[in-house]
Amino acid sequence: MPEKKIRVLIAKPGLDGHDRGAKIIARALRDAGMEVIYTGLRQTPEMIASAAVQEDVDVIGLSILSGAHNTICPQLMNLLREKGMQDVTVLVGGIIPEADIPAMKKSGIAEIFLPGTSTQNIVEFIHKRLAR
Amino acid sequence: MSEKVKGTTTTVTTGDAPAAPREPSPEERAWEENTLRPTLEKSPERQSEFTTISGYPIRRLYTPADLPGWDPNRELGFPGEPPYTRGIHSTMHRGRLWTMRQFAGFGTAEDTNERFRYLLAQGQTGLSTAFDLPTLMGYDSDHPLSEGEVGKCGVAVSSLADMEVLFDKIPLASVTTSMTINSPAAVIWAMYLAVAEKQGADWKKLSGTLQNDILKEYIAQKEYIYPPEPSMRLVIDTFEFAAKNTPKFNPISVSGYHIREAGSTAIQELAFTLRDGMEYVEYGMRRGLDVDQFVPQLSFFFNAHNDFFEEIAKYRAARRIWHKAMVERYGSKNPRSWALRFHTQTAGCSLTAQQPYNNVVRTALQAMAAVLGGTQSLHTNSLDEAWALPTEFAATIALRTQQIIAHETGVTNTADPLGGSYFVETLTNEVERGAWDYIEKIDAMGGMVAAIERSYPQREIAEASYKYQVAVDKKEKIIVGVNEYAAEEKPLDILQIDETVAHRQAERLSKLRADRSQSEVDRRLNALRKAAQTKDNLMPHLFDAVKSYATVGEICDALREVFGTYEEVAIT
Repeated sequence: MPEKKIRVLIAKPGLDGHDRGAKIIARALRDAGMEVIYTGLRQTPEMIASAAVQEDVDVIGLSILSGAHNTICPQLMNLLREKGMQDVTVLVGGIIPEADIPAMKKSGIAEIFLPGTSTQNIVEFIHKRLAR
Repeated sequence: MSEKVKGTTTTVTTGDAPAAPREPSPEERAWEENTLRPTLEKSPERQSEFTTISGYPIRRLYTPADLPGWDPNRELGFPGEPPYTRGIHSTMHRGRLWTMRQFAGFGTAEDTNERFRYLLAQGQTGLSTAFDLPTLMGYDSDHPLSEGEVGKCGVAVSSLADMEVLFDKIPLASVTTSMTINSPAAVIWAMYLAVAEKQGADWKKLSGTLQNDILKEYIAQKEYIYPPEPSMRLVIDTFEFAAKNTPKFNPISVSGYHIREAGSTAIQELAFTLRDGMEYVEYGMRRGLDVDQFVPQLSFFFNAHNDFFEEIAKYRAARRIWHKAMVERYGSKNPRSWALRFHTQTAGCSLTAQQPYNNVVRTALQAMAAVLGGTQSLHTNSLDEAWALPTEFAATIALRTQQIIAHETGVTNTADPLGGSYFVETLTNEVERGAWDYIEKIDAMGGMVAAIERSYPQREIAEASYKYQVAVDKKEKIIVGVNEYAAEEKPLDILQIDETVAHRQAERLSKLRADRSQSEVDRRLNALRKAAQTKDNLMPHLFDAVKSYATVGEICDALREVFGTYEEVAIT
């Protein structure tokens, strides 16, 4: 039996269109053997949660650079709980002030990757997390 | 006229010539034999290949052998004369320094007005406005999709009332203002013109720049609302209106900055930007505008990235390409159309969140490249911008960096100080040639709108961006403080924008809607809708609408009803 591929949803919530990071991560995870679905731009938390259910993903990666994380993340985490998706690993990458990180982790976000993170670190994190 | 539009370039002197085989002089050969070879045998070089940050290969040494047939009179000329390699003014920065124009905007219009007046008091010579994401996307601050985004990445402007506060006590007749807005650019410009009118400023004397470059939004920054054709129509409406009413205002800033930030190479930035510029010229001509009437009002905007000489070569090549295109493709007779004027911003994407004080150094070097490349205006990034919008402290250092370059380094004492350098001249030729290759590829696709529709530039940029990331991950490219020389550090004090801005904006909007004449707003929005269905220039209708205090969201919605909206094919 071949090992089941890790399924990842890369999403770009909010109004921001700067998608360089999201696209790099999508490609790096795909090159690392994962199944990656990229939502495209301007996804609401509802759209992201529904896509996560529909695509039955193991991981959701959010790219947020605009400062809207404190609005978007709690909404998404609530929706995931409502949909029974609390086991999905949620990662955030982007520009997140360090002061906001503890509250985000408390809300169930598994990890926050700041600018300068290497793509290998993210791949390794996902492998370790899903091996638990 | 319209058959001329799809011009071809047949006589690219430096661009088309196949790279001639390098034939070193006997003296150079002797040096290779007697001096170089023994050195390499004893101690090989640090790397097997040296490349620019764009991955472009750089040779060990440049000599006259790299410039066969190079004629300084043809390739360089003199400052202020074609082909403008040495700059567009005869005295360059000896005559007038570049405009120090720091991009600023956050929170409400009051917050940003205060920052504007602070920056002017510190010796800044022009204004540059950053709008928040809802404004850039044509939503009011109280729209559900604006939640969490109000005042965060720029200033929130939902109506003329906000614009009046934004420019309060700033004399628009004498301060030049740049506004970074694209899809709703015509709307925001109408508001700006209305504020100027209220201040009693003569439109004919107004000077400033509207970014208004929708093509690079589809290519790179992705802040689009409408499909390409109606978007281009709005852009050409502003060209036509500006040519008649605001002869000193630049209705567009054709921007490579965002293309580079999205991960392109220097050559891609140059090629896509100039091909965008050509696309606007062709659309303007198709409208029936006279090239030499509207093209002098087009301005450009480039990135200043880390690779010093590659950037300088890029600016020099840009001027040469534009001159050639204007003369050979579009038959321009007016030297004011030939001279490419540009703003520069140091590379935001080069800033590191780690060890942020190092960003002061990066920015200074990038700014130096822009100055040596002959920029007309410059924004220098602040050290904290990998984290947030800048604090006043950080923004002041960024402005001081420009003042130090201008007044202390001596680089402004002569025009094009690097002209004649074997390396810089060779690189300028090669960057130019690389850009023409792309431009001709896009011509063959039927132009930039057609290329965008098949995701060509988007794919090229994504490819380059991924390649660079792989090189950084493998440490083939070193970023100080990130993949080498990392250290533990304390978090920086950064500017935080909270949700009180959104609440203040929401209150202001509900008061505005209660105080204005709704029937007048409806009447003018209807007139706009009707005009949008014709081929009329929409600027007068937009001007009418904003003066009734119709909001950005209402106006953009009216146009959404007629034009529809655009969604890209997401590529990864």
